Amino acid sequence: MLPIDPIVLFFILGLAAGLARSDLRLPGAVYEFLSVILLLAIGLKGGVELAQQSLVALLPQMIAVVLMGLALPLVAYPLLRGIGRLARADAASIAAHYGSVSIGTYAVAVAWLIAREVTFEEYLPLLLVLLEMPAIVVGIMLARGVSADTDWKSLAHEVLLGKSIVLLVGGLLIGWAAGPVALEPVSGLFFGLFHGVLALFLLEMGLVAAGQVTSLRRHGLFLVVFGVVFPLFGALVGAVLGWLLGLSPGGTMLLATLAASASYIAVPAAMRMALPEANPALSLTASLGITFPFNILVGIPLYHQLAGLLHRLGG
Amino acid sequence: MHADARKLVTIVTEAALERRLVEDLKRLGAHGYTISDARGEGSRGVRSAGWEASSNIRVEVICDEATAEAIAGHLKAIYYANYAMILYLSDVGVLRPQKF
Repeated sequence: MLPIDPIVLFFILGLAAGLARSDLRLPGAVYEFLSVILLLAIGLKGGVELAQQSLVALLPQMIAVVLMGLALPLVAYPLLRGIGRLARADAASIAAHYGSVSIGTYAVAVAWLIAREVTFEEYLPLLLVLLEMPAIVVGIMLARGVSADTDWKSLAHEVLLGKSIVLLVGGLLIGWAAGPVALEPVSGLFFGLFHGVLALFLLEMGLVAAGQVTSLRRHGLFLVVFGVVFPLFGALVGAVLGWLLGLSPGGTMLLATLAASASYIAVPAAMRMALPEANPALSLTASLGITFPFNILVGIPLYHQLAGLLHRLGG
Repeated sequence: MHADARKLVTIVTEAALERRLVEDLKRLGAHGYTISDARGEGSRGVRSAGWEASSNIRVEVICDEATAEAIAGHLKAIYYANYAMILYLSDVGVLRPQKF
């Protein structure tokens, strides 16, 4: 086993600096730039690999992943309502966050696998894109009911043309169309610098996560417990699904990580528009203040062991 | 120098609202607007602009009094309850009244 990853140490640095109220602060534009590179890099990698696959053969995986994205918020919602005693809109919004995925967490998991030379299905970004959206629809329906007067048209615009989907799908298409050889000239930026960009991104995420701590104190124990326990449940679902779908141990671990992660880009933006009465501090405190650090620091190695265990048991 | 009296409407709110807000402003009769990124702290916590969900914008519109009242009334009714938003009006003088 390798010692703790340097990129994780960057996250801890950001967290520590934020908690100690250092004046360290990356400008918003830098954060934007870093996330653009990460999203495109993940998309491009996936697209190159996707060109080698037949989409028809991937169809069962695609359908299974969408079903998982629909199911996870349906499990989370009654817990949030019943045990957490949260208001309907708040519970639905948090459920949507946890049914969707965090691209930052996925990137860290990929870096973790690369550092250990574990192979995985490189087309997984396709599944990542598919997992972003279903939970948003379920979340809105949980809050509003089916016959709601939700403006689905402008919401679809908000989600489908949101930054993360546009860059991921765009990267997939460019990678798919260009292929590995033609991508060579741009690979220095997107692949060569991937780990460095991720390290800076995590530094900023550490600062952002530290900023959630004050609201953590206000919102109490339930969110902390939920932010740790629900990802563990999600990881179990994702790992079993990955194993059933015949993914490699590395791919199984990535699907577990996706299921365990909670969105903090696409879903907050969609919820702000569709469910304005839901308190964004609650969902962001849980997803950024608890679940993101938990997955980065503890979850990812754990999910790798879980995937290995399933593959050893199931053969 | 003569300057015509107009109202300056300044809105500080969540960046997530930008597109909707711009549509509202145009529909309510604003001839133009200026948007800048902003950060600060208020009753809804620190808006540090470090990343998407904590970004703020400041929207400035110069218009006649009736339009300013329409904008203020509409935003108050639609957004005040659920969004981080403040809005204030000030008197300004403009040199080319036909623009506003």
